[in-house]
Amino acid sequence: MSDNPYQNDRGNKDWSIAKQGGGTLTASPGTGHAMNTRDAFLIGDSMTGGYGGGPDILHECTIAVNPGEITVIVGPNGAGKSTAMKAVFGMLNVRQGSVRLDGEDITDLSPQDRVGCGMGFVPQTNNIFTSMTVEENLEMGAFIRRDDIRGTMEQVYELFPILKDKRRQPAGELSGGQRQQVAVGRALMTQPKVLMLDEPTAGVSPIVMDELFDRIIEVSRTGIPILMVEQNARQALAIADRGYVLVQGRNAHTGTGKELLADPEVRRSFLGG
Amino acid sequence: MDLLNALVTLLNFVIIPATAYGAQLALGALGVTLIYGILRFSNFAHGDTMAFGTMVVILCTWALQGAGITLGPLPTALLALPIGIAVTGLLVVGTDKMVYRFYRRQKAKPVIYVIASLGVMFILNGIVRFIIGVDDQRFADGERFIISAGTFRDMTGLEEGLAFRTSQGLTIVVALIAMALLFWFLNRTRTGKSMRAFSDNEDLALLSGINPERVVMITWLIVAALATTAGVLYGLDKSFKPFTYFQLLLPIFASAIVGGLGNPVGAILGGFLIAFSEVGVTYAFRKVVAYILPESMEPSGLLQLLSTDYKFAVSFGILLIVLLFKPTGIMKGKSV
Repeated sequence: MSDNPYQNDRGNKDWSIAKQGGGTLTASPGTGHAMNTRDAFLIGDSMTGGYGGGPDILHECTIAVNPGEITVIVGPNGAGKSTAMKAVFGMLNVRQGSVRLDGEDITDLSPQDRVGCGMGFVPQTNNIFTSMTVEENLEMGAFIRRDDIRGTMEQVYELFPILKDKRRQPAGELSGGQRQQVAVGRALMTQPKVLMLDEPTAGVSPIVMDELFDRIIEVSRTGIPILMVEQNARQALAIADRGYVLVQGRNAHTGTGKELLADPEVRRSFLGG
Repeated sequence: MDLLNALVTLLNFVIIPATAYGAQLALGALGVTLIYGILRFSNFAHGDTMAFGTMVVILCTWALQGAGITLGPLPTALLALPIGIAVTGLLVVGTDKMVYRFYRRQKAKPVIYVIASLGVMFILNGIVRFIIGVDDQRFADGERFIISAGTFRDMTGLEEGLAFRTSQGLTIVVALIAMALLFWFLNRTRTGKSMRAFSDNEDLALLSGINPERVVMITWLIVAALATTAGVLYGLDKSFKPFTYFQLLLPIFASAIVGGLGNPVGAILGGFLIAFSEVGVTYAFRKVVAYILPESMEPSGLLQLLSTDYKFAVSFGILLIVLLFKPTGIMKGKSV
């Protein structure tokens, strides 16, 4: 993975002395080459970059979200959908471009500071504290807040009633769909200005998927703009106000969800007719 | 009457000593398990951290005794304990800043930390021996017994005496308080919960705005308190000798692993399990059995499975069995 001898995995498999699964988050704020092509509430503007010192994965990729909108990033496997999301969140080595939230340039902030600025992020995997109860998960989501969080917690319970019934249960014991609700609820606890979801429906059954989409629409109705990466392009575009089709790290098609669903080229090359 | 005598003998030589020893091991294992859960490595310097803390407490105790300050019936060391904890806290946080923080910045693999902690162990070992020497130090004062064997015999009229030493009573009480405080902290306070969250899922903890450096520092401070307390209680109960504390590493690790690394409840269970096995296997049961059985069947041997010299073999044996058959331990460890 890297040349750093300290990260050599040799001898590291002995679980009685070395606990596995440490942090993988690498913050790489700053781009060195600012870009400003247009305005939006949250915008990753003309981002070019890749992981570490590796080759560029994104090329002049722009992702924008506006208030009250659900924005969906779709694309074939390896198109750089999740990578684009990570770039917006400051976890990718971006060599060109800017990220602006609510008119403020946050390009140089670390991911944690971006959370402080009002970005809520739900990773694709490992997005809950499995050994902690549902309620503790929500409390940890609100860790940066110093004020009374009970009101927000009630709102989350209203959105996801099942969580209220299970609030004393360890989150790791819940089903896949319920875990995703915990994950989204955790991110909502900071009262974010924008919510970013990385494949929220990955690995859940079609029925649960529909329910999750319903919930996401409900969250969006509370006024929080949502940026979402999705594998299930058809369903995702159906609920999207705006969609981005990425191909090989580039913006291939942009438009409202309906436009993209109707676009013959998108259908042919990507949605399977 | 004979059954009663058997019970008293058992209490006197097995149950009470093993409970006290178990509480000491449990406190030690809690420290190991916290470091494993949050910093993700097995801290081999733990035994010597205990020795360092105890050394500071002993020096303070001597100073207090010299100044004529004592705690009456309780050991003076109790008064010196907070100072010992504070100094040890400074030491471990300093070690973290000087040694482990570098590896955190490098995002080093846990096994690298293990080897680094081995180095820290040798240095601490040297420092302690350099300051206080390699010999046995006794620093217990105050009342020696809560109940002495003689008083117990007079009170009950039994043939066997039951001695309950102050250090044993103190160990059990202090350990209970320390454990209750720890669990309250981990389960009820915001900071404690953030430590559990960090141990559970480091990335998500970061995304929730939890500051890892702060979590790590608080963990070290708690570990310093636990290690010093465990060391002082062990020293009061037996005696202080740097090499013995180094050797304690084995039963402590065995306790933590048997209970399930990273799980505090497991560490406590493991501590008592190891202590009872160690004492039980190395105790000569002849007297107890002689009281129970009729005279004609009195055993001729000592009924001792292993000589006390081999007590470490017991922890080692249990450790091997657990790692072979249930590596996650009783409580299924991995996260705090």
